[in-house]
Amino acid sequence: MQLDSLNLVNFKNFNQLEINNLLKINCFVGKNGEGKTNLLDAIYYLSFTKSYFNTIDSENIKYNNDFFVLQGKYKNSDEIIDVYCGVKPGHKKKFTLNKKTYKKLSDHIGLIPLVIITPSDINLIIGGSAVRRKFIDGVISQFDKEYLNALLKYNRVIEHRNKLLKQFAKNNIFDKDSISVWDEQLINYGNKIYKKRTDFIQKLIPVFQKFYSFISDDNERVELFYKSQLTEADFKSLLQKNISKDTILQYTSVGIHKDDLILTLEGRQIKKIGSQGQKKTYFLSLKLAQFEFIKQICGFKPLLLFDDVFDKLDADRVSQLIKLVSDNNFGQIFITDTSIDRLQKILLDIDIPSKIYELYNQTITLKNK
Amino acid sequence: MDFTEYPSRLLQNAVDEFSKLPGIGKKTALRLVLHILHQNKDDVFKFGNSIIKLKNEIKFCKSCNNISDTDICKICSNNSRNHSLICVVENINDVMAIEQTNQFNGIYHVLGGVLSPMEGIGPDDLNILSLEKKCKENKVNEIIFALSTTMEGDTTNFYIYKKLNKYNIKFTTIARGISIGDEIIYADEITLGRSIVNRINYDEKINANI
Ligand SMILES: [Zn+2]
Repeated sequence: MQLDSLNLVNFKNFNQLEINNLLKINCFVGKNGEGKTNLLDAIYYLSFTKSYFNTIDSENIKYNNDFFVLQGKYKNSDEIIDVYCGVKPGHKKKFTLNKKTYKKLSDHIGLIPLVIITPSDINLIIGGSAVRRKFIDGVISQFDKEYLNALLKYNRVIEHRNKLLKQFAKNNIFDKDSISVWDEQLINYGNKIYKKRTDFIQKLIPVFQKFYSFISDDNERVELFYKSQLTEADFKSLLQKNISKDTILQYTSVGIHKDDLILTLEGRQIKKIGSQGQKKTYFLSLKLAQFEFIKQICGFKPLLLFDDVFDKLDADRVSQLIKLVSDNNFGQIFITDTSIDRLQKILLDIDIPSKIYELYNQTITLKNK
Repeated sequence: MDFTEYPSRLLQNAVDEFSKLPGIGKKTALRLVLHILHQNKDDVFKFGNSIIKLKNEIKFCKSCNNISDTDICKICSNNSRNHSLICVVENINDVMAIEQTNQFNGIYHVLGGVLSPMEGIGPDDLNILSLEKKCKENKVNEIIFALSTTMEGDTTNFYIYKKLNKYNIKFTTIARGISIGDEIIYADEITLGRSIVNRINYDEKINANI
């Protein structure tokens, strides 16, 4: 699957923009504020029927206009796929595939798989455990609907159980029978999720390590561990052991909603000891592993978008990264960067069809490699 | 809508009351009120009185909590029905749905909802104690669970099962070919009737596998 042409009208800072004959690697360079990221967002929008950065559609319309249009023409072997999106506040969002309007927007998602990597993915490393759980859940849910179902149910039972604990505290009672029926459900869904997370992370580790060692040129040893309270004891006894604590706290203190990933570099937590470049290499490798799993699920290569992630990454690593994603295991790549020199230098080294566009004052110019 | 748009305070009051009904917006309420206004007095009085009489005189069966004109409802006072077979349902409309199938000859027990801490519904808010009393005092052979197949419905089944398991009762659940989350009121008569006849043994593991 490859994007061949992109057309925007009134999207974000652009009045009108058309880019044709896109290749395997496409770079958008320009100063901050020229709208490079908005181009990636347009591509993202055509895959997921919404913006990656701002889900309030009215704010994605160019100032002083009342609609925006995005159009993408994709090539999948010999087949041409035409995706059109029209957004006008007060009207139903229109999404069409080869001129046929979708009844449900969700029917479109998955047709053009895509992975975007942005500087905010640093939160996978330095953010709270919820960010890492969301990452894991997002990948597993894509191929395992049963997992998603168990997760939704689990979260609902947690809400019920926490509410019950609050009611106990408020009325100064404790009703063992009432809480135990919810515990049974919690144990059932929790164990399922635990098992699936364990299996998935086992598969994730080697893929992640492979990417990390390629980008860092085999210089560093990274490991990743699944941390769960359920590893140490079975869920049922954990709940029993912590029931007095839970009653006082008025929430459920044990379970898979406390799971985390421990990310290490040379045996120590990368969060604490890693340099900016190492942390960046780390999350890039995690996201590339995500790409790998999505590729396996859908059977072809998703689009891959890099938004301004080369900053603070040394030149060797940037060039390794580009080398990595240029090969045949990856599909079409879109890159934004502030430095045209950096891109020109890297692309000179590799023999892959590529283009560099410069954005300035709403116009786009093709630059020489 | 602002009250100044109504030419009469009385009209506005009536519209406000009608729009409190489920599924009725202000527009529909106004249409209904104007319709009533144009009817003759006798009909309108009949209409109003039926509602007042309903609220004043209706009873809830002392045995099963179904609505009734008498202390004990028609179903519970019918000796030809099997009183050792109890179908546990959430609401009165579930009773009506199952009765329409003509496939069930036992009696009912209306819980009045399902366990849902998030909505503040606990065991004390449901008619569970009276069900236990029935099991203790009468000969109950079988309890059929016919609650909605939501997590809350399942949890309620499980709670009741754990409470009443000691009374040597057979527990079954209606076998529904409809998707999780559907309420029985939406199942068609034939499907529902068949699912009561072909009910399956309740197994706490079934609950755990959904
Ligand atoms: Zn009755």
